[in-house]
Amino acid sequence: MRYLDGFRDPDAGRALAGQIQERGATLAAKGGRVRMMEVCGTHTMSIARYGIRDVLPENVELVSGPGCPVCVTDTGYIDAAISLAERGHIVATFGDLVRVPGSSGTLAEARGRGAHVEVCYSPEAALDLARAHPDREVVFLGIGFETTTAPVLSLVPLAAAAGLTNLSLLTAFKLVPPALDALLADPLVAVHAFICPAHVSAIIGSEAYRPYVEQGVPAVVAGFEPLDILMAVSEIIDQHTRGVAELVNQYDRVVRPDGNARAQALFAKYLEPVDAAWRGIGVIPQSGLGLRSDYAAFDASLKLDAPISAGEPDKRCRCGDVLKGIITPQGCPLFGRGCTPLRPVGPCMVSSEGSCAAYFKYVAPGAKDA
Amino acid sequence: MCLAVPMKLIEVTDDAMSGVADLDGARTKVNLSLIDEPTLGDFLIVHAGFAIERLDEEEANTRLDMFDELGEQWREQERERQSSSPDGEAQS
Repeated sequence: MRYLDGFRDPDAGRALAGQIQERGATLAAKGGRVRMMEVCGTHTMSIARYGIRDVLPENVELVSGPGCPVCVTDTGYIDAAISLAERGHIVATFGDLVRVPGSSGTLAEARGRGAHVEVCYSPEAALDLARAHPDREVVFLGIGFETTTAPVLSLVPLAAAAGLTNLSLLTAFKLVPPALDALLADPLVAVHAFICPAHVSAIIGSEAYRPYVEQGVPAVVAGFEPLDILMAVSEIIDQHTRGVAELVNQYDRVVRPDGNARAQALFAKYLEPVDAAWRGIGVIPQSGLGLRSDYAAFDASLKLDAPISAGEPDKRCRCGDVLKGIITPQGCPLFGRGCTPLRPVGPCMVSSEGSCAAYFKYVAPGAKDA
Repeated sequence: MCLAVPMKLIEVTDDAMSGVADLDGARTKVNLSLIDEPTLGDFLIVHAGFAIERLDEEEANTRLDMFDELGEQWREQERERQSSSPDGEAQS
Protein backbone atom coordinates (compact mmCIF):
# COMPACT_ATOMS: atom_id res chain seq x y z
CA MET A 1 0.00 0.00 0.00
CA ARG A 2 2.03 2.87 -1.35
CA TYR A 3 0.28 5.41 0.87
CA LEU A 4 1.66 3.61 3.92
CA ASP A 5 4.86 1.88 2.78
CA GLY A 6 6.15 4.88 0.91
CA PHE A 7 6.24 6.81 4.14
CA ARG A 8 8.41 4.17 5.80
CA ASP A 9 11.32 3.97 3.35
CA PRO A 10 14.45 3.33 5.43
CA ASP A 11 16.84 5.16 3.11
CA ALA A 12 14.77 8.32 3.21
CA GLY A 13 14.68 7.81 6.97
CA ARG A 14 18.47 7.67 7.06
CA ALA A 15 18.65 10.83 5.00
CA LEU A 16 16.30 12.63 7.39
CA ALA A 17 18.18 11.29 10.41
CA GLY A 18 21.33 12.76 8.88
CA GLN A 19 19.58 16.07 8.39
CA ILE A 20 18.47 16.00 12.03
CA GLN A 21 22.06 15.38 13.16
CA GLU A 22 23.33 18.29 11.03
CA ARG A 23 20.65 20.68 12.22
CA GLY A 24 21.18 19.57 15.80
CA ALA A 25 24.87 20.29 15.43
CA THR A 26 24.17 23.76 14.06
CA LEU A 27 21.96 24.42 17.06
CA ALA A 28 24.58 23.01 19.43
CA ALA A 29 27.22 25.30 17.92
CA LYS A 30 25.09 28.19 19.16
CA GLY A 31 24.85 26.57 22.59
CA GLY A 32 21.20 25.72 21.95
CA ARG A 33 18.89 22.92 23.01
CA VAL A 34 15.34 22.27 21.89
CA ARG A 35 12.57 20.44 23.72
CA MET A 36 9.53 19.57 21.64
CA MET A 37 6.35 17.79 22.57
CA GLU A 38 4.00 15.58 20.62
CA VAL A 39 0.41 15.47 21.83
CA CYS A 40 -1.02 12.49 20.04
CA GLY A 41 -1.16 8.92 21.28
CA THR A 42 -0.53 7.53 17.84
CA HIS A 43 2.58 9.71 17.51
CA THR A 44 3.71 8.37 20.91
CA MET A 45 3.39 4.80 19.67
CA SER A 46 4.94 5.47 16.28
CA ILE A 47 7.94 7.27 17.81
CA ALA A 48 8.57 4.33 20.13
CA ARG A 49 7.97 1.67 17.49
CA TYR A 50 10.33 3.22 14.94
CA GLY A 51 12.98 4.23 17.47
CA ILE A 52 12.82 7.88 16.46
CA ARG A 53 14.47 9.06 19.67
CA ASP A 54 17.53 6.90 18.92
CA VAL A 55 18.47 9.16 16.01
CA LEU A 56 18.15 12.42 17.92
CA PRO A 57 21.27 14.34 18.94
CA GLU A 58 21.83 14.96 22.61
CA ASN A 59 20.55 18.55 22.50
CA VAL A 60 17.20 17.60 20.96
CA GLU A 61 14.54 16.34 23.31
CA LEU A 62 11.21 14.85 22.25
CA VAL A 63 8.67 14.38 25.02
CA SER A 64 5.24 12.87 24.90
CA GLY A 65 2.30 14.89 26.10
CA PRO A 66 -1.28 14.08 27.05
CA GLY A 67 -2.26 12.81 23.63
CA CYS A 68 -3.93 9.62 24.73
CA PRO A 69 -7.61 10.24 25.51
CA VAL A 70 -7.92 7.05 27.53
CA CYS A 71 -4.90 8.07 29.60
CA VAL A 72 -6.42 11.42 30.54
CA THR A 73 -9.75 9.92 31.48
CA ASP A 74 -10.48 10.65 35.10
CA THR A 75 -10.85 7.64 37.42
CA GLY A 76 -14.34 8.82 38.32
CA TYR A 77 -15.49 8.28 34.73
CA ILE A 78 -14.46 4.62 34.86
CA ASP A 79 -16.27 4.31 38.18
CA ALA A 80 -19.45 5.74 36.64
CA ALA A 81 -19.19 3.38 33.65
CA ILE A 82 -18.73 0.37 35.92
CA SER A 83 -21.68 1.47 38.01
CA LEU A 84 -23.88 1.66 34.90
CA ALA A 85 -22.80 -1.82 33.84
CA GLU A 86 -23.43 -3.24 37.28
CA ARG A 87 -26.88 -1.68 37.32
CA GLY A 88 -27.80 -3.85 34.34
CA HIS A 89 -27.28 -1.47 31.41
CA ILE A 90 -25.33 -2.54 28.35
CA VAL A 91 -22.06 -0.62 28.23
CA ALA A 92 -20.55 -0.41 24.74
CA THR A 93 -17.00 0.86 24.46
CA PHE A 94 -13.80 1.02 22.49
CA GLY A 95 -11.47 -1.77 23.52
CA ASP A 96 -8.73 -0.03 25.42
CA LEU A 97 -11.01 1.40 28.07
CA VAL A 98 -11.95 -2.02 29.32
CA ARG A 99 -8.80 -2.65 31.36
CA VAL A 100 -8.26 0.85 32.73
CA PRO A 101 -8.37 0.83 36.52
CA GLY A 102 -10.99 3.01 38.20
CA SER A 103 -10.94 3.64 41.93
CA SER A 104 -11.54 -0.05 42.52
CA GLY A 105 -11.40 -2.31 39.51
CA THR A 106 -11.95 -2.28 35.77
CA LEU A 107 -14.81 -2.73 33.32
CA ALA A 108 -13.23 -6.07 32.39
CA GLU A 109 -13.53 -7.23 35.97
CA ALA A 110 -17.14 -6.06 36.10
CA ARG A 111 -17.74 -8.04 32.93
CA GLY A 112 -16.20 -11.03 34.66
CA ARG A 113 -18.80 -10.66 37.38
CA GLY A 114 -21.61 -10.74 34.83
CA ALA A 115 -22.03 -7.15 33.68
CA HIS A 116 -22.69 -6.67 29.97
CA VAL A 117 -19.71 -4.80 28.57
CA GLU A 118 -19.37 -4.92 24.80
CA VAL A 119 -16.22 -3.91 22.92
CA CYS A 120 -16.85 -2.15 19.62
CA TYR A 121 -14.51 -1.19 16.77
CA SER A 122 -17.08 1.28 15.51
CA PRO A 123 -19.69 3.19 17.51
CA GLU A 124 -22.21 1.99 14.94
CA ALA A 125 -22.18 -1.39 16.71
CA ALA A 126 -24.07 0.32 19.53
CA LEU A 127 -27.01 0.86 17.17
CA ASP A 128 -27.18 -2.88 16.53
CA LEU A 129 -27.06 -3.53 20.27
CA ALA A 130 -29.88 -1.07 20.91
CA ARG A 131 -32.02 -2.75 18.24
CA ALA A 132 -31.24 -6.21 19.59
CA HIS A 133 -32.08 -5.26 23.19
CA PRO A 134 -35.06 -2.90 23.04
CA ASP A 135 -35.79 -3.47 26.72
CA ARG A 136 -32.37 -2.32 27.88
CA GLU A 137 -30.40 0.90 27.73
CA VAL A 138 -27.21 0.87 25.69
CA VAL A 139 -24.62 3.37 26.87
CA PHE A 140 -21.68 4.16 24.59
CA LEU A 141 -18.60 5.39 26.40
CA GLY A 142 -17.77 8.59 24.57
CA ILE A 143 -14.05 9.11 25.24
CA GLY A 144 -11.83 10.79 22.73
CA PHE A 145 -10.40 13.91 21.23
CA GLU A 146 -11.90 15.62 18.26
CA THR A 147 -11.16 12.74 15.85
CA THR A 148 -13.16 10.22 17.84
CA THR A 149 -15.81 12.68 18.97
CA ALA A 150 -17.11 12.97 15.40
CA PRO A 151 -17.86 9.24 14.91
CA VAL A 152 -19.24 8.77 18.44
CA LEU A 153 -21.41 11.85 18.27
CA SER A 154 -22.84 10.61 14.96
CA LEU A 155 -24.70 8.06 17.07
CA VAL A 156 -27.12 10.80 18.12
CA PRO A 157 -28.51 11.60 14.64
CA LEU A 158 -28.23 7.93 13.64
CA ALA A 159 -30.21 6.79 16.69
CA ALA A 160 -32.77 9.54 16.20
CA ALA A 161 -33.19 8.60 12.53
CA ALA A 162 -33.66 4.95 13.50
CA GLY A 163 -36.20 5.88 16.18
CA LEU A 164 -34.07 4.32 18.92
CA THR A 165 -34.77 5.69 22.40
CA ASN A 166 -32.61 3.25 24.36
CA LEU A 167 -29.21 4.57 23.33
CA SER A 168 -27.20 7.23 25.15
CA LEU A 169 -23.66 8.49 25.52
CA LEU A 170 -21.57 8.82 28.66
CA THR A 171 -19.46 11.69 27.39
CA ALA A 172 -15.94 12.74 28.25
CA PHE A 173 -14.96 14.28 24.92
CA LYS A 174 -11.88 16.46 25.15
CA LEU A 175 -10.35 19.22 23.05
CA VAL A 176 -6.65 19.43 22.21
CA PRO A 177 -6.06 23.21 21.96
CA PRO A 178 -7.05 24.01 25.57
CA ALA A 179 -4.63 21.31 26.71
CA LEU A 180 -1.89 23.00 24.70
CA ASP A 181 -2.71 26.26 26.49
CA ALA A 182 -2.46 24.53 29.86
CA LEU A 183 0.83 22.88 28.97
CA LEU A 184 2.36 26.16 27.81
CA ALA A 185 1.27 27.80 31.05
CA ASP A 186 2.95 25.15 33.20
CA PRO A 187 6.58 26.07 33.94
CA LEU A 188 7.45 22.45 34.70
CA VAL A 189 6.49 21.39 31.18
CA ALA A 190 8.79 23.89 29.45
CA VAL A 191 8.44 22.94 25.79
CA HIS A 192 9.57 25.08 22.87
CA ALA A 193 7.46 23.56 20.11
CA PHE A 194 4.65 21.16 19.31
CA ILE A 195 4.36 18.33 16.87
CA CYS A 196 0.64 18.60 16.25
CA PRO A 197 -1.63 15.56 15.89
CA ALA A 198 -2.45 14.16 12.50
CA HIS A 199 -6.12 13.29 12.64
CA VAL A 200 -7.29 15.67 15.32
CA SER A 201 -5.95 18.26 12.90
CA ALA A 202 -7.93 16.73 10.06
CA ILE A 203 -11.03 17.61 12.07
CA ILE A 204 -10.07 21.00 13.53
CA GLY A 205 -7.81 22.25 10.73
CA SER A 206 -4.16 23.32 10.81
CA GLU A 207 -5.18 26.93 11.46
CA ALA A 208 -6.29 25.87 14.96
CA TYR A 209 -2.62 26.10 15.94
CA ARG A 210 -2.13 29.66 14.66
CA PRO A 211 -2.45 31.13 18.19
CA TYR A 212 0.57 29.12 19.32
CA VAL A 213 2.92 30.30 16.63
CA GLU A 214 1.73 33.81 17.39
CA GLN A 215 2.97 33.17 20.91
CA GLY A 216 6.35 32.12 19.55
CA VAL A 217 5.79 28.37 19.65
CA PRO A 218 6.54 26.51 16.39
CA ALA A 219 3.72 24.12 15.45
CA VAL A 220 4.20 21.40 12.86
CA VAL A 221 1.33 19.13 11.84
CA ALA A 222 2.71 15.70 11.05
CA GLY A 223 1.40 12.33 9.91
CA PHE A 224 2.05 9.12 11.82
CA GLU A 225 4.52 7.45 9.56
CA PRO A 226 8.21 7.51 10.57
CA LEU A 227 9.23 9.77 7.68
CA ASP A 228 6.48 12.22 8.63
CA ILE A 229 7.73 12.39 12.20
CA LEU A 230 11.40 12.69 11.26
CA MET A 231 10.55 15.54 8.94
CA ALA A 232 8.62 17.34 11.65
CA VAL A 233 11.47 16.98 14.13
CA SER A 234 13.93 18.30 11.57
CA GLU A 235 11.70 21.29 10.80
CA ILE A 236 11.36 22.19 14.47
CA ILE A 237 15.09 22.05 15.11
CA ASP A 238 15.59 24.37 12.16
CA GLN A 239 12.91 26.84 13.29
CA HIS A 240 14.25 26.89 16.82
CA THR A 241 17.77 27.52 15.57
CA ARG A 242 16.57 30.41 13.43
CA GLY A 243 14.53 31.78 16.32
CA VAL A 244 11.26 31.69 14.41
CA ALA A 245 7.83 30.24 15.07
CA GLU A 246 5.93 29.08 12.02
CA LEU A 247 2.89 26.94 11.40
CA VAL A 248 3.84 24.19 8.99
CA ASN A 249 1.34 21.62 7.78
CA GLN A 250 3.39 18.62 6.71
CA TYR A 251 0.32 16.39 6.61
CA ASP A 252 -1.35 18.36 3.87
CA ARG A 253 -2.34 15.16 2.12
CA VAL A 254 -5.10 14.92 4.76
CA VAL A 255 -5.23 18.10 6.83
CA ARG A 256 -6.85 21.20 5.37
CA PRO A 257 -6.41 24.66 6.92
CA ASP A 258 -10.01 24.80 8.14
CA GLY A 259 -10.52 21.12 8.87
CA ASN A 260 -13.66 19.05 8.34
CA ALA A 261 -16.70 21.31 8.11
CA ARG A 262 -19.22 18.49 8.52
CA ALA A 263 -17.64 17.29 11.74
CA GLN A 264 -17.48 20.84 13.08
CA ALA A 265 -21.14 21.42 12.21
CA LEU A 266 -22.00 18.24 14.10
CA PHE A 267 -20.11 19.51 17.14
CA ALA A 268 -21.79 22.90 16.98
CA LYS A 269 -25.25 21.37 16.75
CA TYR A 270 -25.05 18.80 19.53
CA LEU A 271 -22.23 19.86 21.82
CA GLU A 272 -21.07 22.79 23.87
CA PRO A 273 -17.75 23.46 25.59
CA VAL A 274 -17.59 22.38 29.23
CA ASP A 275 -14.90 22.29 31.87
CA ALA A 276 -13.20 18.91 31.93
CA ALA A 277 -11.03 17.00 34.37
CA TRP A 278 -7.82 15.63 32.82
CA ARG A 279 -6.27 12.87 34.82
CA GLY A 280 -2.96 14.01 36.21
CA ILE A 281 -3.46 17.62 35.07
CA GLY A 282 -6.63 18.66 36.81
CA VAL A 283 -9.56 20.63 35.51
CA ILE A 284 -8.85 22.58 32.32
CA PRO A 285 -11.63 25.13 31.71
CA GLN A 286 -13.70 24.69 28.55
CA SER A 287 -11.53 21.79 27.46
CA GLY A 288 -14.32 19.30 27.06
CA LEU A 289 -17.48 18.96 25.02
CA GLY A 290 -20.81 18.00 26.56
CA LEU A 291 -24.21 17.39 25.03
CA ARG A 292 -26.42 20.47 24.79
CA SER A 293 -29.48 20.40 27.03
CA ASP A 294 -31.76 19.88 24.00
CA TYR A 295 -30.17 16.46 23.63
CA ALA A 296 -30.31 15.47 27.28
CA ALA A 297 -32.20 12.35 26.20
CA PHE A 298 -28.91 11.07 24.81
CA ASP A 299 -26.85 12.03 27.86
CA ALA A 300 -26.43 8.87 29.92
CA SER A 301 -25.17 10.77 32.95
CA LEU A 302 -28.46 12.68 33.18
CA LYS A 303 -30.82 10.06 31.79
CA LEU A 304 -29.60 7.27 34.06
CA ASP A 305 -28.60 9.39 37.07
CA ALA A 306 -24.93 8.54 36.82
CA PRO A 307 -22.99 11.60 37.93
CA ILE A 308 -19.27 11.54 37.24
CA SER A 309 -17.36 12.55 40.34
CA ALA A 310 -13.62 12.77 40.84
CA GLY A 311 -12.33 9.29 41.45
CA GLU A 312 -9.32 8.19 43.46
CA PRO A 313 -6.38 7.08 41.38
CA ASP A 314 -3.74 4.88 42.94
CA LYS A 315 -1.51 7.20 44.94
CA ARG A 316 1.64 5.54 43.67
CA CYS A 317 0.66 6.20 40.05
CA ARG A 318 2.70 8.88 38.27
CA CYS A 319 0.68 8.92 35.03
CA GLY A 320 0.03 12.62 35.53
CA ASP A 321 3.72 13.52 35.36
CA VAL A 322 4.22 11.19 32.40
CA LEU A 323 1.31 12.82 30.60
CA LYS A 324 2.86 16.27 31.00
CA GLY A 325 6.25 15.07 29.83
CA ILE A 326 7.82 15.88 33.19
CA ILE A 327 9.13 12.36 33.56
CA THR A 328 9.55 9.57 31.07
CA PRO A 329 7.81 6.28 31.85
CA GLN A 330 11.08 4.89 33.20
CA GLY A 331 11.01 7.72 35.73
CA CYS A 332 7.99 6.17 37.41
CA PRO A 333 8.95 3.82 40.23
CA LEU A 334 6.17 1.42 39.25
CA PHE A 335 7.24 1.10 35.60
CA GLY A 336 7.86 -2.55 34.86
CA ARG A 337 7.79 -3.38 38.54
CA GLY A 338 4.30 -2.96 39.96
CA CYS A 339 2.83 -1.74 36.69
CA THR A 340 3.00 -3.75 33.49
CA PRO A 341 0.68 -4.16 30.50
CA LEU A 342 -0.60 -7.36 32.07
CA ARG A 343 -1.26 -5.74 35.45
CA PRO A 344 -1.53 -2.00 34.85
CA VAL A 345 -1.89 0.44 37.71
CA GLY A 346 -2.53 3.50 35.58
CA PRO A 347 -4.01 4.16 32.15
CA CYS A 348 -0.71 5.11 30.52
CA MET A 349 0.30 1.47 30.72
CA VAL A 350 -2.93 -0.13 29.59
CA SER A 351 -4.00 2.11 26.76
CA SER A 352 -2.89 1.11 23.29
CA GLU A 353 -1.62 4.67 22.90
CA GLY A 354 -0.21 5.19 26.37
CA SER A 355 3.34 6.40 26.83
CA CYS A 356 4.15 3.66 29.32
CA ALA A 357 2.72 0.95 27.12
CA ALA A 358 4.80 2.29 24.20
CA TYR A 359 8.00 2.35 26.23
CA PHE A 360 7.35 -1.08 27.73
CA LYS A 361 6.82 -2.59 24.32
CA TYR A 362 9.46 -0.85 22.25
CA VAL A 363 12.12 0.90 24.32
CA ALA A 364 14.94 -1.24 25.68
CA PRO A 365 16.12 -0.64 29.24
CA GLY A 366 19.20 1.52 29.12
CA ALA A 367 18.17 3.07 25.81
CA LYS A 368 18.81 6.74 25.15
CA ASP A 369 15.78 8.05 27.00
CA ALA A 370 15.86 5.59 29.89
CA MET B 1 -7.39 4.76 19.01
CA CYS B 2 -6.48 7.16 16.24
CA LEU B 3 -5.29 4.23 14.19
CA ALA B 4 -6.80 5.73 11.12
CA VAL B 5 -5.48 4.34 7.87
CA PRO B 6 -5.99 5.27 4.22
CA MET B 7 -8.50 2.95 2.56
CA LYS B 8 -9.95 2.86 -0.92
CA LEU B 9 -13.68 3.32 -1.32
CA ILE B 10 -14.97 0.39 -3.37
CA GLU B 11 -18.72 0.55 -2.71
CA VAL B 12 -21.07 3.44 -1.97
CA THR B 13 -24.77 3.36 -1.09
CA ASP B 14 -27.15 5.46 -3.15
CA ASP B 15 -27.50 8.11 -0.46
CA ALA B 16 -23.69 8.27 -0.14
CA MET B 17 -23.96 7.84 3.63
CA SER B 18 -22.10 4.55 3.85
CA GLY B 19 -20.00 2.18 1.84
CA VAL B 20 -17.22 -0.38 1.86
CA ALA B 21 -13.53 0.49 1.98
CA ASP B 22 -10.56 -1.69 1.18
CA LEU B 23 -6.96 -1.78 2.37
CA ASP B 24 -4.86 -4.41 0.57
CA GLY B 25 -7.81 -6.79 0.49
CA ALA B 26 -9.10 -6.17 4.00
CA ARG B 27 -12.59 -4.75 3.69
CA THR B 28 -14.66 -2.83 6.15
CA LYS B 29 -18.01 -1.11 6.24
CA VAL B 30 -17.48 2.62 6.45
CA ASN B 31 -19.76 5.50 7.42
CA LEU B 32 -19.43 8.38 4.93
CA SER B 33 -21.55 11.04 6.64
CA LEU B 34 -18.49 13.20 7.38
CA ILE B 35 -17.29 13.31 3.77
CA ASP B 36 -18.52 15.67 1.01
CA GLU B 37 -19.51 13.77 -2.14
CA PRO B 38 -17.65 10.52 -1.54
CA THR B 39 -16.76 8.89 -4.85
CA LEU B 40 -15.72 5.37 -5.78
CA GLY B 41 -11.96 5.15 -5.90
CA ASP B 42 -11.43 7.87 -3.29
CA PHE B 43 -8.81 7.18 -0.67
CA LEU B 44 -10.32 7.90 2.70
CA ILE B 45 -8.87 8.08 6.18
CA VAL B 46 -10.98 5.64 8.18
CA HIS B 47 -11.20 5.87 11.97
CA ALA B 48 -13.49 3.68 14.10
CA GLY B 49 -15.54 2.74 11.06
CA PHE B 50 -16.01 6.34 9.91
CA ALA B 51 -14.28 8.12 7.07
CA ILE B 52 -12.98 11.33 8.63
CA GLU B 53 -11.24 12.87 5.64
CA ARG B 54 -10.28 12.28 2.08
CA LEU B 55 -6.63 11.63 1.19
CA ASP B 56 -5.48 14.15 -1.40
CA GLU B 57 -3.63 11.82 -3.77
CA GLU B 58 -1.82 14.65 -5.49
CA GLU B 59 -0.36 15.91 -2.22
CA ALA B 60 0.37 12.35 -1.13
CA ASN B 61 2.20 11.61 -4.36
CA THR B 62 4.16 14.87 -4.17
CA ARG B 63 5.33 14.02 -0.70
CA LEU B 64 6.11 10.41 -1.63
CA ASP B 65 8.16 11.63 -4.59
CA MET B 66 10.07 13.90 -2.23
CA PHE B 67 10.79 11.01 0.11
CA ASP B 68 11.76 8.78 -2.81
CA GLU B 69 14.22 11.46 -3.88
CA LEU B 70 15.66 11.75 -0.38
CA GLY B 71 16.13 8.00 -0.33
CA GLU B 72 17.80 8.07 -3.72
CA GLN B 73 20.12 10.91 -2.64
CA TRP B 74 21.10 8.93 0.41
CA ARG B 75 21.86 5.83 -1.67
CA GLU B 76 23.91 8.03 -4.03
CA GLN B 77 25.93 9.45 -1.15
CA GLU B 78 26.51 5.96 0.20
CA ARG B 79 27.78 4.77 -3.19
CA GLU B 80 30.21 7.70 -3.30
CA ARG B 81 31.34 6.99 0.24
CA GLN B 82 31.98 3.36 -0.64
CA SER B 83 33.85 4.14 -3.82
CA SER B 84 35.99 6.92 -2.35
CA SER B 85 37.58 4.55 0.16
CA PRO B 86 39.26 1.74 -1.78
CA ASP B 87 39.66 -0.46 1.25
CA GLY B 88 35.88 -0.42 1.63
CA GLU B 89 35.82 1.40 4.96
CA ALA B 90 33.67 4.48 5.26
CA GLN B 91 35.48 7.73 5.90
CA SER B 92 33.66 10.25 8.06
